[in-house]
Amino acid sequence: MPQISQLAATYASQVFWLLIFFGLTYFVIGRGMVPKVMDTVAKRDKQISDDLAAAEAARTAADEQEEAWRKRENENRARAHDLIAEAKNKAALETEARLATAQTGIDAKLEEAEARIADARAKAAAEIEDVAAEATQSIVARIAGLNIDDAAARNAVRKELV
Amino acid sequence: MHQFTIQPMFGTDAWNVGGYNLAFTNSALWMAISMVVLWVFVAGGMKRQLVPGRWQMAVESFTGFIDDMLEANIGKGGRKYVPYIFSLFMFILFANILGLLPLGVIGLHPFTFTSHFTVTGVLAIISFSIVLIVGFAKHGLHFFSLFVPHGTPVPMIPVIFVVELISFMVRPFSLGLRLFVAMMAGHVLLEVLSSFVIGSGNYSAGIFALAGIPSFILMVGICALEILVAGIQAYVFALLTSVYLNDAENLH
Repeated sequence: MPQISQLAATYASQVFWLLIFFGLTYFVIGRGMVPKVMDTVAKRDKQISDDLAAAEAARTAADEQEEAWRKRENENRARAHDLIAEAKNKAALETEARLATAQTGIDAKLEEAEARIADARAKAAAEIEDVAAEATQSIVARIAGLNIDDAAARNAVRKELV
Repeated sequence: MHQFTIQPMFGTDAWNVGGYNLAFTNSALWMAISMVVLWVFVAGGMKRQLVPGRWQMAVESFTGFIDDMLEANIGKGGRKYVPYIFSLFMFILFANILGLLPLGVIGLHPFTFTSHFTVTGVLAIISFSIVLIVGFAKHGLHFFSLFVPHGTPVPMIPVIFVVELISFMVRPFSLGLRLFVAMMAGHVLLEVLSSFVIGSGNYSAGIFALAGIPSFILMVGICALEILVAGIQAYVFALLTSVYLNDAENLH
């Protein structure tokens, strides 16, 4: 077994070269290169988690914006609704007011017309009375030869006309 | 047993420093090859792309594997040992696998330096020293409480202390010997089986059919097993080191 039979002759060289080459492996590869490799992995993992977090944040923001938009939209709709109702209401009130003024105008005109008619009728009645009284005076004068005064004729006519 | 023989190379057998012979041997050459191949492997994964290619993915899966193992065994404090455990695991893994390469076909002689207990012993001692240094630096003399598990009845403490101390002191030996024995046993098994194939073939056609062919078929299976063992032993070495580091880092 060379491991034992050559032990005395070769142990120094074995230990020496192992320390050299394992030392090189440790310092050059283990300490020099491995941390960089692991750093790359860590960076990648970080980037992935960052990207995921950013995507999550973007989704939340989009949800919030959509919610806000929906709220605004609902408000706008409600305001429009109110506006329309108000306009309708106002228009109805205006119409009513105008109708009321028109009605009063018509009523006034009617009253005036009625007054005029009554006036005309009274005037006509008075004229008829005058004419009838004159006619009565002249008829009485011609037939009976009586001369009756104006007031008596007028009284008699008024009795007959009513 | 020739495959385990250490031979000085490139005429360096006379390199002596302070009475120690530091010849550049075939063992040292394969350590260098393992290191260079490992360097090439890791360097190929250093493109640092955001979307990794296959090679980068392979390197990152190895570092991630070591990172996960340390995190599972030690916790968050295990991160700082990744360079050491990674170097240890990959160096042993590459040594085991490169030593299994059938380079004899083209006239080269692969040498598995992890089948020498001088090498595995040094690696085990390095791991054990790190455990001791970390343990005493972090916990001071309180580190000795590692040898008295929680809930030990007071009269049992001296006995338990001795038993635990012995089991603790045996760790570097078990660590180094396990790897050495596993690698050597596998190589010896393959060599014995191949000697059956060649020996029976030289003897007669009947014996070759009876012993040589089954041995050859068995060898194919054992070769696959050896590749598995190469990985498992590297893993066990790294895993046990991280388990021991956990003791030093967190006590019990």
